[in-house]
Amino acid sequence: MKILVCVTSVPDTTTKITFTDNNTKLNKAGVQFITGPYDDYALSRAVELKEQTGGTVTVLNVGEADAEPVIRKCLAIGADDAIRVNADPTDAYFVAEQIAAIAKENQYDLIMMGRETIDYNGGQVHGIVGEMLGIPSISPVMKLAISGNTAQITREIEGGKEELEANLPLVLGCQEPIADWKIPNMRGIMSARTKPLKVVEPTGTDKLTQVASYELPAPRGACKMIPADEAETLIKLLRTEAKVL
Amino acid sequence: MSVLVFVELDEGTLKASSLEAVYYGSKVAEKLNTSVTAIALGEASQDALAQAGRFGAQKVLHASNAQLNEGNTVAYASAVAEAANQEGSTVIVLAKSSLGDAMAARLAGKLKAGLAANVIDLPDLSNGFRVKRSIYTGKAFAYTELTADKKILAIKKNTLTPEESDATAPVETFQPTLNEADFGTIKVTNVEKATGDVLLPEADLVVSAGRGLKGPENWGIVEDLAQALGAATACSKPVSDLDWRPHHEHVGQTGIKVSPNLYIACGISGAIQHLAGVNSSKVIVVINKDPEAPFFKSADYGIVGDVFDVLPRLTKAVKEGV
Ligand SMILES: Cc1cc2nc3c(=O)[nH]c(=O)nc-3n(C[C@H](O)[C@H](O)[C@H](O)COP(=O)(O)OP(=O)(O)OC[C@H]3O[C@@H](n4cnc5c(N)ncnc54)[C@H](O)[C@@H]3O)c2cc1C
Repeated sequence: MKILVCVTSVPDTTTKITFTDNNTKLNKAGVQFITGPYDDYALSRAVELKEQTGGTVTVLNVGEADAEPVIRKCLAIGADDAIRVNADPTDAYFVAEQIAAIAKENQYDLIMMGRETIDYNGGQVHGIVGEMLGIPSISPVMKLAISGNTAQITREIEGGKEELEANLPLVLGCQEPIADWKIPNMRGIMSARTKPLKVVEPTGTDKLTQVASYELPAPRGACKMIPADEAETLIKLLRTEAKVL
Repeated sequence: MSVLVFVELDEGTLKASSLEAVYYGSKVAEKLNTSVTAIALGEASQDALAQAGRFGAQKVLHASNAQLNEGNTVAYASAVAEAANQEGSTVIVLAKSSLGDAMAARLAGKLKAGLAANVIDLPDLSNGFRVKRSIYTGKAFAYTELTADKKILAIKKNTLTPEESDATAPVETFQPTLNEADFGTIKVTNVEKATGDVLLPEADLVVSAGRGLKGPENWGIVEDLAQALGAATACSKPVSDLDWRPHHEHVGQTGIKVSPNLYIACGISGAIQHLAGVNSSKVIVVINKDPEAPFFKSADYGIVGDVFDVLPRLTKAVKEGV
């Protein structure tokens, strides 16, 4: 089985976000970049499937050179090779176009990625790729098993879950608990250094959206403390002052 | 030019989030000086469809094919794209949801449309077409310019407070071209869904609890308060990781993002990843026995106290109507 796993390089989940250049750029100073947490789940499951049934796992990142440490980590976790499309991934349609172009060249059985990135939270790229390739896209996937040409999938829906069956090829947006995150071991880290990482230039330049500026949320006012032995007052305040009940 | 709003049906009625999308779409149409049409797919009563008119739609397209009763995203996206072409719609609005997200993406691919997800305000048309959207899981906003001819906006809950009027809108039958092959691609074999409860992504009030509750056997006090308020229940990530609660209740950076009017956090420390998914709630209440819990810094109301003592008292107060 040939699996393509698309990964993002995003600020660590504990990062306090700030902007520079008159609120037009993310302030990257002191920010640690990590693989998108949802992408980590996709990669871990892809590596498990490869271990079970053979095949290959290729990691794909649409990103600039500073994403390479994140890509190497994916190779250390068990991907066989990697492709970086050398471009700033600011628009979902543009990113999807790059992924679809690579997928058309290589005929993957599965294209897996996180259900969304944790920077722009669009949750759209898998669906657009599916549409561009004319194959189904399913998200968010919590369980995935493959038998022959069929995938058995459990997907989260509002207030529950849905079990599905679909034929390959498929595009999947993944989330926990599809697999446990894998931590690279020493041997993985050593071998990752020599695994191929191909850099290609983007096809097309269709950016259909563009961020003009950023803003931080206004801080909340001071917290009104209510003594525990007067807890009932809270309900009164929620009715009369906050007017949310 | 016109605005098209995709509305989701939920057991015979239009979902609250879709009514908000219709209202939002009508406001966008006003700004663009154009008309707004709603489209519903699958069997629905005239009563249900009339709701769209009351929330601002000027026309309702209805594809009543039974085949469309299940939310098949491939077929749905084709149908909505066809409607957009028929209506000459340049802006398509939908509510963020499991189905809405999938639809927005497939539609963007089909129509080569610029797409903004997590939109939290009406577009600013003074200089192009600019929307404010929530990014970094609520830790920041981006003002995003949509430069493509066709634009898709997936709006977050509580973007606007929808107003209902007594306006009516004609319902027109819409007959999309259905491609048989689209219906065989994904087979749903089983669905498990909580029934009777208020669903978390749609809820206006949320009672959420964390590891401070000590174990699943103690959730009764959380459920009692939620029930008294008519609220949905939610939890922190360790709680769903430990299987104390189902995964679909986990809120935060890697869980569901919620923006209710009221979020009550019980025995949750307020880690940045948890806050990220809930900080766009209108009012946040924190109950924690540790006065140093970081969550108090992001709360509007706080009680330093033991949840096992405080929650039953709150429930009683709600029931007694204080
Ligand atoms: C990549 C990544 C993603 C993550 N994503 C999420 C996410 O989406 N959502 C999320 O929630 N977390 C997420 N986390 C985990 C997060 O960092 C915290 O570990 C988690 O939110 C803590 O949950 P908690 O507050 O329930 O538990 P704890 O941190 O254990 O806090 C329990 C709290 O309960 C209080 N308490 C204990 N007993 C009582 C009592 N009797 N009465 C009142 N208060 C009491 C304690 O004082 C304490 O503040 C993520 C972490 C990582 C690394």
